[in-house]
Amino acid sequence: MRVALAFLVSMAASVGFIGAYQLDAGTQWLALSLSIALGSLGAGLAWWSRRLMPQESSEEARPTLAPPPEEERETAETFEAGRRGIRRRGLLGGLLAAAVGALGLGTVWPARSLGPPPSSGFRQTGWREGVHLIDETGRRIGIDTLDFGGVVTVFPEGRDPAADDQVVLMRIPLEDLDLPEGRANWTPDGYVAFSKVCTHAGCPVGLYQDVGYLLLCPCHQATFDVVQGAVPVFGPAPRELPQLPLRADRDGLLLAAGDFSGPVGPDRWRLGEVKDGDA
Amino acid sequence: MTDHTTTPIGRLAQWIDQRVGAAKFTRSTLDYVFPKHFSFLFGEIALYSFVVLVGTGIFLALFYTPSEAEVIYAGTYDPLRGVAMTEAYESVVDLSFSVRAGLLFRQTHHWAAIIFLGAIFLHLCRVFFTGAFRRPRELNWITGVTLMVVAIAEGFAGYSLLDDLLSGTGVRIAYSIAESIPVVGTWLAYWIWGGEYPGEGFLSRLFAVHIFLLPAVIAALIGVHLFLVARPHHTQFAGPGKREDNVVGLRLWPSYATLSVGLFFLVAAVLNLMGGFLQINPVWLYGPYDVFVVSSGSQADWYFLWLQGALRLMPGVSLELGPYTVANQFFPAVLYPGVVFALLYLWPFLEARVTGDRGEHHLLDRPRDRPLRTALGAAAIAGFVVLLLAGSDDVFVTTFDWSIVPVRNVERVLFFVLPVLVGLGVWKAARDLSRADPPDRRSAAPASTEPTPADAPAGSSGVAADAVAYRRHEVRHGDSGPTTLVGAIAAVGAAVAVGSLVRRGLRDRSH
Repeated sequence: MRVALAFLVSMAASVGFIGAYQLDAGTQWLALSLSIALGSLGAGLAWWSRRLMPQESSEEARPTLAPPPEEERETAETFEAGRRGIRRRGLLGGLLAAAVGALGLGTVWPARSLGPPPSSGFRQTGWREGVHLIDETGRRIGIDTLDFGGVVTVFPEGRDPAADDQVVLMRIPLEDLDLPEGRANWTPDGYVAFSKVCTHAGCPVGLYQDVGYLLLCPCHQATFDVVQGAVPVFGPAPRELPQLPLRADRDGLLLAAGDFSGPVGPDRWRLGEVKDGDA
Repeated sequence: MTDHTTTPIGRLAQWIDQRVGAAKFTRSTLDYVFPKHFSFLFGEIALYSFVVLVGTGIFLALFYTPSEAEVIYAGTYDPLRGVAMTEAYESVVDLSFSVRAGLLFRQTHHWAAIIFLGAIFLHLCRVFFTGAFRRPRELNWITGVTLMVVAIAEGFAGYSLLDDLLSGTGVRIAYSIAESIPVVGTWLAYWIWGGEYPGEGFLSRLFAVHIFLLPAVIAALIGVHLFLVARPHHTQFAGPGKREDNVVGLRLWPSYATLSVGLFFLVAAVLNLMGGFLQINPVWLYGPYDVFVVSSGSQADWYFLWLQGALRLMPGVSLELGPYTVANQFFPAVLYPGVVFALLYLWPFLEARVTGDRGEHHLLDRPRDRPLRTALGAAAIAGFVVLLLAGSDDVFVTTFDWSIVPVRNVERVLFFVLPVLVGLGVWKAARDLSRADPPDRRSAAPASTEPTPADAPAGSSGVAADAVAYRRHEVRHGDSGPTTLVGAIAAVGAAVAVGSLVRRGLRDRSH
């Protein structure tokens, strides 16, 4: 009785589902009707099995998996007999293996089409001496763009920005800065710029805390101390964010004064070569 | 000929049988006996979730566009109008808002993936803690672990297709992990993505992988897995009349088959209900992916969250080898999971070597009777839970206004300490429970290095030797061993499920 009722309910709910679809009644009505249709069908089947079908335990012998020794021996002998009948087994067998191997290598070779070899143009960004800084909308950045404590994401002017081009530009009072030696004139009017690509796993270092001047990556919480040259102070990042040297021109616009101070982006196997290439 | 050929179905069966000779096989299949225990259902739930994934996935694939071409959204969802996005993301937003039943099937698909992986994990726990991986089932253990690895990859491929801000960030991290592999990493990343990040045409490659390549692999492996279950027949817990050389339970035809088909519809009903009423992955709130935008509170799905946690716990160091670098992210995201999965693959062989027990086993262990194995498994789960916690600690920290530094340092300590504490506690509890039991309830333990009580009956038939005695104990103690196991597993599962829901809730609040 219960089983029959469940099947009837399921049928009605299926019709209800079609109705809900036709009336465009929304996700919840669709879900409710379809779930009732599925659920009562399932419950009906389960009740049918549990109440109206045999429930006594049956016993079945477990098959033996290991073959009896004589069967194993006969199989081995059949194989051996056939093998002994093959002439020129050694030479032709070896050649066959070599030919199949060569064919295999040949057929997977076109996998090279999947991507270019990574040697050429490795990690070149759009930044070089004299490139203007622009914001997301394409507007040039000048020395009056930010107040002290301000932050904006900038890109190199004159090219479709690539992932590695993103730079986070902050303005910090000069007396607060404690940058490594040799970077004293990289920060016109307190503007200081670092690659926005985290040196840990490549997420944009998108959170800036102007109290204490910390940059924080929201993915794995790598934290960088901006005033000391964006050195990692917490979390998994192994290297500082590379700094972009800046200068201002006569019109008060900001430009790159060179390439980054180090390799952009996460660590990788040939990081050292890139460092040398950039130097 | 007898009267079975008078019905149309009978005649059809006969027609087929005369051409393929399937009668004997069919009869033995109909007679196949399934032992009853509800921890045996986890694998079935995984299987049926996969069926739901295929069904809903076909529907979704017909509406998804794997294209990175940029468009300006002009659809029905107001807040995104005028926003630049890829065609892929636009097709997902359209599927969610403009295609009738589209959102229902999309959310059902996502929940089904989460439950699929969850059921696989619980099934793995069941097989591990009961010793069901022992000879002759080592091959099936390997098949099962492979299924889990492929299913994790399939899940990642699936949610990366949407090209929303959350999944795009995940793909960026995946690129950095690929290129962190020593020697071949850069080539590998260039091949997978078609060049330097973000590459070219990655979404169409991922689409082919997600809807064709990996599902085909999963389906094939499921076939192998089921064949390797059926060949030696299912394992069973010891009990009256249950021996190593028999199987006691319900016959496939008609009772078990009907019950199991019923279970399929119930699983589908629950997943569909979740898909309709529990919002998941509302990509229209995250916005389209852009390489220089990121949101805080980014969370992977649970089966990837532990890797996110591992990436976070790793201290900020990398290994310099002359001109070469072994990257920081290599250690938590490649080496650590590599070791974990290698240990999983090798476990049956490692255990056989340590215990010296290389015999066939069809009767399952109760976890308490194998304190060392149970403790190691519990320790591994404890480490896993710490990583899950680390994967979502930024959400807790923002919600409760804590500081990330002490929280992260506590997690770093917990990752090493908690498994040891849990392992020791579980080992002692299991040993005490086992000792408190009457000897004839304990699992038979031939040639085991684990404590075997001197008064336990020797040999594999010992457990069921005295069915009358067993029943007497059963009345007194109930069937508490398996119940404890299932309770523990269910508690872990429930904790993961509740944690995931809370986490989602918190994340949505923090957006």
